[in-house]
Amino acid sequence: MRSYLAILWQEFVLFKRKFRSITLGAMISPVLYLIAFGWGLGGGMTVGGQNYLQFVIPGIVALTTMMVSFSTVGNAVNLSRIYDKTFEEFMVAPVTMTVYAAGKISAGALRGFYSGVLILLISLLFPAGLKINGFFLLILMLNCLVFAALGFTAGVLIDSHADMAKFTNFVITPMAFLCGTFFPLEKMPWLLKGFIGLLPLTHTSQGLRNSGGDLRMLGLNVVVLALYFVVLFVVGVRTCTKAETIG
Amino acid sequence: MLIIEDLKKTYGKVTAVAGLSLAIRRGEFFGLLGPNGAGKSTTVRMLSTLTPPSSGSVSIAGRRLDRNLTDIKRTIGVVPQHNNLDGEMTAWENLELHGRLFGLGKEERRGRIKELLIFTELEERAHDLVRTFSGGMKRKLMIARALMHRPVVLLLDEPTVGLDPAVRRKMWDLLKTLKAEGLTVLLTTHYIEEAEILCDRVALMHEGVLIELDTPLNLIAKSGTIVLEYFTQGVTMSEFFATREEALSRAASLEGSVNIRPANLEDVFIRLTKRRVSE
Repeated sequence: MRSYLAILWQEFVLFKRKFRSITLGAMISPVLYLIAFGWGLGGGMTVGGQNYLQFVIPGIVALTTMMVSFSTVGNAVNLSRIYDKTFEEFMVAPVTMTVYAAGKISAGALRGFYSGVLILLISLLFPAGLKINGFFLLILMLNCLVFAALGFTAGVLIDSHADMAKFTNFVITPMAFLCGTFFPLEKMPWLLKGFIGLLPLTHTSQGLRNSGGDLRMLGLNVVVLALYFVVLFVVGVRTCTKAETIG
Repeated sequence: MLIIEDLKKTYGKVTAVAGLSLAIRRGEFFGLLGPNGAGKSTTVRMLSTLTPPSSGSVSIAGRRLDRNLTDIKRTIGVVPQHNNLDGEMTAWENLELHGRLFGLGKEERRGRIKELLIFTELEERAHDLVRTFSGGMKRKLMIARALMHRPVVLLLDEPTVGLDPAVRRKMWDLLKTLKAEGLTVLLTTHYIEEAEILCDRVALMHEGVLIELDTPLNLIAKSGTIVLEYFTQGVTMSEFFATREEALSRAASLEGSVNIRPANLEDVFIRLTKRRVSE
């Protein structure tokens, strides 16, 4: 527990030090999305009987928290293992890789959650009538944990920063646009729709939009996200245990 | 204190360390010397728990590396060859993180950080970001960090590489203090002079194999305490002699200028590694 808290302490120190750049950085993309897709493209549009802005804000929250959680952990772990070698400090300390993974993933997920809260605060400027309740926050946190765990696994597994960028291009960016974030999936071809339905971000988008409604659907979203988190966490820890710094 | 038995490390078909065996005594300052690719750093990485050995065994302070990994980590302090401090944190924060990871209590942590910052003469820079430090300051901070949890064995991998001569000498003073305090130290170095000044015993490694192990003085005595150097056919040749008279007698038979001087560890090192290459 002490080691876990030590990792969180380190992340908090770095967060405090870069508070302004982290906060501004987390706000730029969502504000642009809100302006472009909310005011610009979506002004007056309706999707499934609801205001487009009301539809798109949960999608923007889902994709931004995904991006922030993934990149915060993925890039930090990858850089610390390959370039600045700070990963070694944890490897020579009496810290198990499970604790190390838990610390890094928790910290990344909290950063993602923080960016989600920022978007929700910004979205108050837009009259969208969002329903934010316990389910909404649960789905949001699970999304952050899933993608922080994916970032951790990628950061440990991938042996160059260029390949991390490729992973983002091939895995994260397509999810950001396809998983029901900006448009409903009803009109997608059935095969693609089936595949997209398996992806975690789809369950986040659905869950965040549905947080005041269908409990069975919400339960499915929570279970799928929780399963993704457990699997990615286990894979991340196993990969990390085998990983060596490149030295 | 540190026993290595038949330690091997292979990367595919490449053998980095080929069956290294040695024992380091409590309080000993032990040097591991060798040219690039000799296997020194790989050995230290295995002892530091950063790289798992392919085979063989290591025991530190009675604990086996393959059975008591967490205990071993508490026993050793590691100073790697490259800077692995967090540049975005201050010197104090880097030490604090280490103390927290090793489970030191708040008061103990605070006291130890102050003590080590004074020891490494970094107290005035305690709250500056490490990325603003010079190479020598970073190296001193890495030593302070490795000592935070009071290890019984300190592993130093090329601690003075890349430092200018004046800073290197300051580092030597720091290391001599640790030696005087009775800490067991394993040091790898390129700088033969460093090994000669600091080490009680040195092991010479070449291509993953231990080729000689003794005190610096004995190693020199074994090779010959006097060196005769002369230049012939575009190559500087060295010959070793037990006495100056023998060297003078040999010099009389040579044409051109010669140099006769006391042998040092570097001569032994070059002689042994060259011999090894030609074998």
